[in-house]
Amino acid sequence: MNLFQYVRPAEQKTAIAAVAAEPTARFLGGGTNLLDLMKRHIMQPEKLVDVTRLPLKGITQQGNIIRIGALTRNTEIAEDKTILQNLPLLAMAINAGASAQIRNMATTGGNLLQRTRCPYFYDTAMPCNKREPGTGCGALEGFNRMHAIFGFSDKCIAVNPSDMNVALRALDATVVVNGPKGERKIPIADFHRLPGDTPEKDTNLDKNELITAVTIPISPFSKNAYYLKVRDRNSYAFALVSVAAALNMDGNTIKEARLAMGGVAHKPWRLTDAETFLKSKTATEENFQQAAQIAFQGAKAFKHNQYKLKLGPNTIVQALSVASGLKSV
Amino acid sequence: MGDDIKMAGQPLSRVDGKLKVTGAAKYAAEYIIPNLAYGVLASGAIARGRIKSIDTAAAEKAPGVIAIITHLNAPKPPGYFGGKESSDPRTEGGEYRVFYNDVILYSGQPVALAIADTFERARYAASLVKVQYVKEPPQTDMLSNMDKAVVPKESDPDYNRGDKNAFDNAAFTFEQEYQTQLQVHNPMEPHAAIAVWEGADAITVYNKTQSSPIAQEDIAKAWKLQKENVHIVSKFVGGAFGGASRVWPEEMAATIGAKKIGRPLKVVFNRDQLFNMVGYRPQSLQKIKLGADKDGKLIGIHHEAYGNTSTYEQFTANMTSLTQALYACDNVSTLYRLVPLDVSTPCWTRAPGEAPGSFALESALDELSYTLKIDPLELRKRNYAAQNPDTKQPWSTKFLNECYERGAAQFGWEKRNPQPRSTTNGNWLIGYGMATGIYGAWRAPSSARAVLNSDGTLVVQSATADVGVGTATIMSQIAADATGIPVEKIKFELGDSRLPPAIGQFGSLTTTSVGSAVNDACVALRQKAIEYLKKSQSSLQNTPVENFAFGDGKIKTKDDAVSISYADLLQQQHLPSIEVTVDSKGSEEADKYSSYSYNATFVEVGVHALTNQLKVNRVVSAIDAGKIMNKKTARSQVYGSVTWGIGMALTEESVIDDRYGRWMVKDLADYHVPVNADIPAIEVLFIDKSDDILTPIGAKGLGEIGIVGVAAAIANAVYHATGKRVRDLPITPDKLV
Repeated sequence: MNLFQYVRPAEQKTAIAAVAAEPTARFLGGGTNLLDLMKRHIMQPEKLVDVTRLPLKGITQQGNIIRIGALTRNTEIAEDKTILQNLPLLAMAINAGASAQIRNMATTGGNLLQRTRCPYFYDTAMPCNKREPGTGCGALEGFNRMHAIFGFSDKCIAVNPSDMNVALRALDATVVVNGPKGERKIPIADFHRLPGDTPEKDTNLDKNELITAVTIPISPFSKNAYYLKVRDRNSYAFALVSVAAALNMDGNTIKEARLAMGGVAHKPWRLTDAETFLKSKTATEENFQQAAQIAFQGAKAFKHNQYKLKLGPNTIVQALSVASGLKSV
Repeated sequence: MGDDIKMAGQPLSRVDGKLKVTGAAKYAAEYIIPNLAYGVLASGAIARGRIKSIDTAAAEKAPGVIAIITHLNAPKPPGYFGGKESSDPRTEGGEYRVFYNDVILYSGQPVALAIADTFERARYAASLVKVQYVKEPPQTDMLSNMDKAVVPKESDPDYNRGDKNAFDNAAFTFEQEYQTQLQVHNPMEPHAAIAVWEGADAITVYNKTQSSPIAQEDIAKAWKLQKENVHIVSKFVGGAFGGASRVWPEEMAATIGAKKIGRPLKVVFNRDQLFNMVGYRPQSLQKIKLGADKDGKLIGIHHEAYGNTSTYEQFTANMTSLTQALYACDNVSTLYRLVPLDVSTPCWTRAPGEAPGSFALESALDELSYTLKIDPLELRKRNYAAQNPDTKQPWSTKFLNECYERGAAQFGWEKRNPQPRSTTNGNWLIGYGMATGIYGAWRAPSSARAVLNSDGTLVVQSATADVGVGTATIMSQIAADATGIPVEKIKFELGDSRLPPAIGQFGSLTTTSVGSAVNDACVALRQKAIEYLKKSQSSLQNTPVENFAFGDGKIKTKDDAVSISYADLLQQQHLPSIEVTVDSKGSEEADKYSSYSYNATFVEVGVHALTNQLKVNRVVSAIDAGKIMNKKTARSQVYGSVTWGIGMALTEESVIDDRYGRWMVKDLADYHVPVNADIPAIEVLFIDKSDDILTPIGAKGLGEIGIVGVAAAIANAVYHATGKRVRDLPITPDKLV
């Protein structure tokens, strides 16, 4: 990696000022993604501002809202009693990602900012508009087995690799950020971006803004929630597709559904039309099949990811079946 | 040896286990050398063409940089100019020559070596080297280059016995194509080398190798040095699987760089360089034709195999050899071709030809079993070869039927419902599959030295290697049995070219070859001890030779009435030590026989009916590898082989973007080596019967046999579960959609 400055401020204000002072400076959390990218010369910040000493850890409940500090490690969330009781979907999603060692290091804020695993992005000898705008998209007509089927552009067909983000999207989380202009709250739906003409921008977070927390409303979905990830090996692999399904049930009737997918788009993909369809429906395989078909209207595949057009709906059906109690895993 | 054997077979823990788990075992990159510099290779971006220019200015100015080496300023090893002389006799053609000229032969080839005072600085400097190319369109897709297939020069690739047209008379014929993927060794330990020149004519290289004698020969040849002036040290190897069987760019770059800067130099590969800067398992396309009568008797087998190689070397791993020897069939023909592509040369990978070859043959047999409505195991039994069907030689030993019987019983094969997609467990489709494995058993000439010290300790030495399988442990056991010296008093030394020359660790040869040499050296040593005893004043002086026994560190009479310890004998004779070096090779008697190791692998898989997620639920691996030297290390080795088979069947694959000739899967996140969650309980059954014809210790070789057939057994189980036949590996969930 390149030579860089390293500072570890004790206060938020100092940390934000330190990043603002340097055009290429970055916040450093668990380092599980950024350090990899630096070793491979994909990101070469000249200053790292280590935020791990800031008091941004922990999970608290205030009324109907659960607040997760940005520096809370993934493992801490997945093992937290409040989370397991109220937001089991989030714990399941986190446990489906990475390895135990990585989850022990990775922070909530860092996971939100995890960058794509597109192999063209990772290889500096290859074209990639996300890494080097204007060089083209290597995956568009290349090896695109892992790539997007929703919301892509001709500039970029990469997917967001996070599992946690998919659950946060289904649970209507809010990302709390602080920056030189003060604090603001970004709904998770608006946090990640579609690639459009600027695939180099993964999120709507300003460069000098620091994620301080994620808040999630407690909703009546905890009893009927399931995160299902289909992958090439049974642990430690990125999703071919994944589905976060959460249902508010009254007996066998679905009062409200939440559905989001991973491995299909540049951002965690919410399936609102399918959710609307499921409202007030009974939990039957037929209804789940229909919901899956509705969810996949408009999906478009490339040479190597045609399988997602069938595997995706199947995974939705299976996730809904398990979440509703219709079927076992 | 017969009844003498006591230590061999015991599940002894590794003699070097503590060194490994405490970090005391030194691997190639871990040697502390004064004044050491660090080198990192910069990999090229294109697959075919020429280097137009290299800008090293920024790299040279980077902090800590000592030198940037390219083809423009590299000292050229004199062996590079030898043309044919520099070629590797093990792979037809001329080997890739690091920093030789401006020609680009494969994507990712080394184009510069950044040398700095730390590894991190060298790595950064390497990233600053900017290369301009004259690009040519690369050809890296094997299937669209089949018209360029060539006959391998090295070996006779075509084989025929009986009548090629026998299929005309078969009641059933079956024909199908199979493909296997680019598979990468991916050992934990990266390839690494430290080069230390001692003047202009001598060098020590610490490296990762499966054979210090081969590394010594390769480096001596490249630099035109006397062989004895090249010292290779490779005491511990953190996994190799065939990938460290020859010298690669890390050794050559280290020797070139060290020469240039006049300092010792270490070169360690990055993970992505481990994918194709060294060899890998080539991809294959195979065609199988089977003819059978209604009872399942094979009337004819035709097996064609195509594998990729580079444009500059022919790497051969004949995938059809096993087809010539496995089943009793009078009419067998095989054909093997290579497709040269703009890629680096592949190399030996665990069961090089047999692993992909068995996938095709054993998948085809399974398919035939459904056509004939004969149980797949029964079909194989009906074609059991009682002698080598090719050479007509008798087997030295063959206990494949025992593998079938014991494996099937342990697995519960009789519970299998013959109908595909007939068995479920909740949402999971359950399938049973099986396959046969075969791997040639050989014994190569090897030497060993046994040194008995006057304190009663024994040192046994041989220039073989241990890539992690427990060689030092079983050699100590063999030496203990041959001398009667307790295993705690024995030290086995390997991994150094100055030790007596021996076969490296590949081809499942170490135990049969080096184990036999160790046995022979120790037997010779005890004879020598008896000769001293005869000259001594001992009361054993007049004991007839055949009445001696050896145990507890003593020479004694068979009735245990009189004894003398080795230590006492040497001290009485005022000998600090006695030593014997023996060159050992197989008997002429053994040449009259045909020798193979065998297995039968039984597998249960679960496939999720909706998501196609795959899980291997159970594996039973029944193995005939002759006498098992150490049941603990042997079992571990088969665990590893089966895990390799699961990776080959289900998860592992690298992929080339043929537009650029670029490997796009080249890290451990995307190249899916199986993890714990993929590996079920593996039950290993050893038949454990001595093959006394092949070796004096009864062993047949175990390193590869455990993987052969595993991928087919899994694919067969997936078919049984789902009714869908996947003929190209790996079987990932998307292929079942």
